[in-house]
Amino acid sequence: MSNALDNSMLTLITFIPLAGAVLLMFFPRRDRDIRVFALVVSLLDFVLSLHLPVHFQRAQTGFQYEINQLWISNPNIHYHMGVDGVSMWLVVLTTFLTPLCVLISWKSIHERVKEFFILLLVLQTALIGVFVALDLFLFYFVWEATLIPMALLIGIYGHGRRVYAAVKFFLYTMVASMFMLAAILWLYAKTGTFDFVSIQGAIHNGQVENFSGAALWLFLGFFIAFAVKVPVFPFHTWLPDAHVEAPTAGSVLLAGVLLKMGTYGMLRFNLGLFPEQSRSNASWIMVLALIGIVYGALVAMVQPNMKKLIAYSSISHLGFVVLGIFSFTQAGLDGATYVMLAHGVSTGALFMLAGILYERRHTYEIAEFGGLATPMPVYATFFLFIVLASVGLPLLNGFIGEFLVLSGAFRDRAVYGIVGATGVIWSACYLLWMYQRVFFGKIKHDVNLSLPDLSGRERAALWPAAVVALVMGVAPLLWLNAIDPAVQTALAPFAQLASKMVGR
Amino acid sequence: MNGTNDLAQAIPRAADYIRILPEIVLAIFGMIVMVLDPLMDERSSQKILGALALVGSLAALIATLFQSQYAGLGFWNMVRVDSFSVFFHFLVAAVTTVVILTSYEYMAVQGIRAGEYYALVLFGALGMSLMSSAVELVLIFIALEISSIATYILAGFRRRAAISSESSVKYFLLGSFATAFFLYGVALMFGATGSTSITVIGDALRSGQIPMLAYVGVALMFVGLGFKVAAAPFHVWTPDVYEGAPAPVVGFMSTAPKAAAFAVLLRVMFEADAPGRVWLIWVVAALSMTLGNVGALVQDNVKRLLAYSSIAHAGYLLVAFAALPNNGIPAAMFYLASYAAMNVGAFAVISHISGQGERYVTLEDYEGLGRRRPLLAAMLTIFLLSLIGIPITGGFFAKFYVFSAALQANLVGLVIIGVLNSAVASYYYLRLIVVMYMREAREDVPLPRIPLGLGAALAISLAATIYLGVLPGRVLDYAARTAAEWAH
Repeated sequence: MSNALDNSMLTLITFIPLAGAVLLMFFPRRDRDIRVFALVVSLLDFVLSLHLPVHFQRAQTGFQYEINQLWISNPNIHYHMGVDGVSMWLVVLTTFLTPLCVLISWKSIHERVKEFFILLLVLQTALIGVFVALDLFLFYFVWEATLIPMALLIGIYGHGRRVYAAVKFFLYTMVASMFMLAAILWLYAKTGTFDFVSIQGAIHNGQVENFSGAALWLFLGFFIAFAVKVPVFPFHTWLPDAHVEAPTAGSVLLAGVLLKMGTYGMLRFNLGLFPEQSRSNASWIMVLALIGIVYGALVAMVQPNMKKLIAYSSISHLGFVVLGIFSFTQAGLDGATYVMLAHGVSTGALFMLAGILYERRHTYEIAEFGGLATPMPVYATFFLFIVLASVGLPLLNGFIGEFLVLSGAFRDRAVYGIVGATGVIWSACYLLWMYQRVFFGKIKHDVNLSLPDLSGRERAALWPAAVVALVMGVAPLLWLNAIDPAVQTALAPFAQLASKMVGR
Repeated sequence: MNGTNDLAQAIPRAADYIRILPEIVLAIFGMIVMVLDPLMDERSSQKILGALALVGSLAALIATLFQSQYAGLGFWNMVRVDSFSVFFHFLVAAVTTVVILTSYEYMAVQGIRAGEYYALVLFGALGMSLMSSAVELVLIFIALEISSIATYILAGFRRRAAISSESSVKYFLLGSFATAFFLYGVALMFGATGSTSITVIGDALRSGQIPMLAYVGVALMFVGLGFKVAAAPFHVWTPDVYEGAPAPVVGFMSTAPKAAAFAVLLRVMFEADAPGRVWLIWVVAALSMTLGNVGALVQDNVKRLLAYSSIAHAGYLLVAFAALPNNGIPAAMFYLASYAAMNVGAFAVISHISGQGERYVTLEDYEGLGRRRPLLAAMLTIFLLSLIGIPITGGFFAKFYVFSAALQANLVGLVIIGVLNSAVASYYYLRLIVVMYMREAREDVPLPRIPLGLGAALAISLAATIYLGVLPGRVLDYAARTAAEWAH
């Protein structure tokens, strides 16, 4: 592969959806053509993004496919992009989920179709941008840029209380990211650069004046922005609202990718820039993560609304990711990254399944269903498969990540591992119980007797997710061998930190 | 002015006239419009005089570019052309152009005889331009009065609406009160330093002990200017006046005179090195940001909402004044430019939607605009996002430069207040966006097609907003030159 192509690869992957969105603006309002075009664009982007893992140098540490050009001279902002093993897979996750979102919205969005797909593609560009940006300013920009299309998707195409949910989502995350902006500005004022790698180096070499006094506040500034996004307990209240009201595609991207922006941010920026502060604050963060795991699971258990149940299960699962990240062990971080990917696929699929049911019955109430396995056998099979993947059945994708996280947490402190492990049990409880109530037993409502099974288009959206869930469970090394070196780099300062402490 | 005994020195030279060329151009066009107005019937006066005024403001723009080659003092050291004055001349002329383009449709819809309206806009622009190049406090006062009197009358131009007359009278009474304060401050300053020339005052204040009188003088001048820029606690007039005045005039009032008053404030604060600057500004900035944003939260009238928002923006701007000169001056200038771009644009949209008699100015009237007029709604959204300070709009870098300048001066407390305030502010701007996109369309609000003039005005403001948001470097570098020129 030529070098020039490698250099512009990330730019292409990031901006193809945006270019597609701009072209869509000039499309005539023929809904079918618009859908096909959006599908083609997102598939094209997916195929291109496969270039990244195929040509990724797995033995190499540091960032690859880097591009670094001056954008604005004052302030000193660079167009700096690059991926390592972690962010590369998150990019691929985004490009993988977007075509599925297009497929799943094919019929359910029938009003203002053009605007919907424009927003979806703009959102995709912003999401990819978050994972590839290595300039803090660029990062902040795309980070905020995800808000607007997402809030509009919820607010225009959502269900009953959509406006409330959209505004809550926007304000919650916007206010939190203000703190991150303040921290970024402080770093810029002291170092004169927004470049992640340079700032990391400057902090590491102690070239930032007054750093020791401000470091805790900077750490917290970044952390709060990410914690709201994840969401870490007690910042989670926007999530159930946003999920319940969002259209299916919005939920898929929200759970699948948007939440990972927060955990990715913790991994990249909190650990990357402030290793000492991460270390000293880890204990309460891990406690919050554990509360999130258990609390999310317990609340999920009693939800009468299927979508809200899945939303709370996300809080629980993302707790595992935070737990893994702040365990500072190889296994914990590997596992955290793996849970991010696995959760993206399986929860994305769960939301698609819930959306399919909503299209038929226009409700998410679990009590409205029961005995669906009879009229919809294929649907029931898919649902079971994804539920099992989500629960963490060995040989499916959920297992690997959670196992690694728990073993990392256990190594850090046994009690973390033990409490975390109960989360796995809880998740089996609420998901399988939900499955039982929806699919088994007698059909209580006559409407459910004649529900049509999956259409070809719906199967096309679900098959890829199911296959990936299986492959991720059987052959995790395909993913982990790229994640490993990135995690090692992230952990390097902690090893030094530990030896420093021992040296004292 | 000690050369009066020498006749040769008492006669202005050609170079002197170049120093006030844009003002001359504006005055000539203003007078032509005024003279022609009675000779025409109402219908043709709209078109022809509007076009003439447009040519006038564009000519002033060109005159400014021409003038920028001839930097230096003129008229016995009373005016000075430097990159600072050129910057503000350009800004005022550009805003005037966009406002005239906006008024074109508005005046026809409102059925207002427009001749003297355009003349007044041009005279106002004259005063504002002169404010930025005058370096002598008495001349600054005269320029301030020229611009103020024009805007007092403009505020009352919807003659049939009582609320407009109320706005005009209120603005006039409070405004003259405030200019009196300014004049009093000038007098005290003269007493303290023996001069009204800003450079001489600056040298005097730097050289020796600062007399108590100078502090009082600065405070009084600040009261007068604080009124003009709508900074708290001198802001109470703003919502009422903005609500009553014609929408394009509000777009004009909230940007051009504000920019000119801030220009004077920059000269007084930085070039004359006013004593007691930081703490005075600190308090007023914090107060303006907070009162403006909190007040805006509960507004249902779009014009009042933007009035409170303009108070808040005056607060953000003042943050730059508390910073050090070499960061603060460029930051403030950049902020003024981008605020002008986005606010004039927002008011262009508002004046289009307001309709005959400005009947449609509440939030409810914007329901479903995103569905009925996607393009118009998208443009207003971009202006509002810029007012929030979302990246790739000018508003983001404006706030960015201001806050980073303040951080470099170690004003951490003020920055925190500012950042929290911009978080609060996002709520009420978003409310408008939410109403436009997430409510059912209201079919009873008439939405005529966008005429050519308004389209041009919107395109210019939008292009400026985005340009400042994507490539802010050139404008900032130009503004930074001023700081270098003023460095002592």
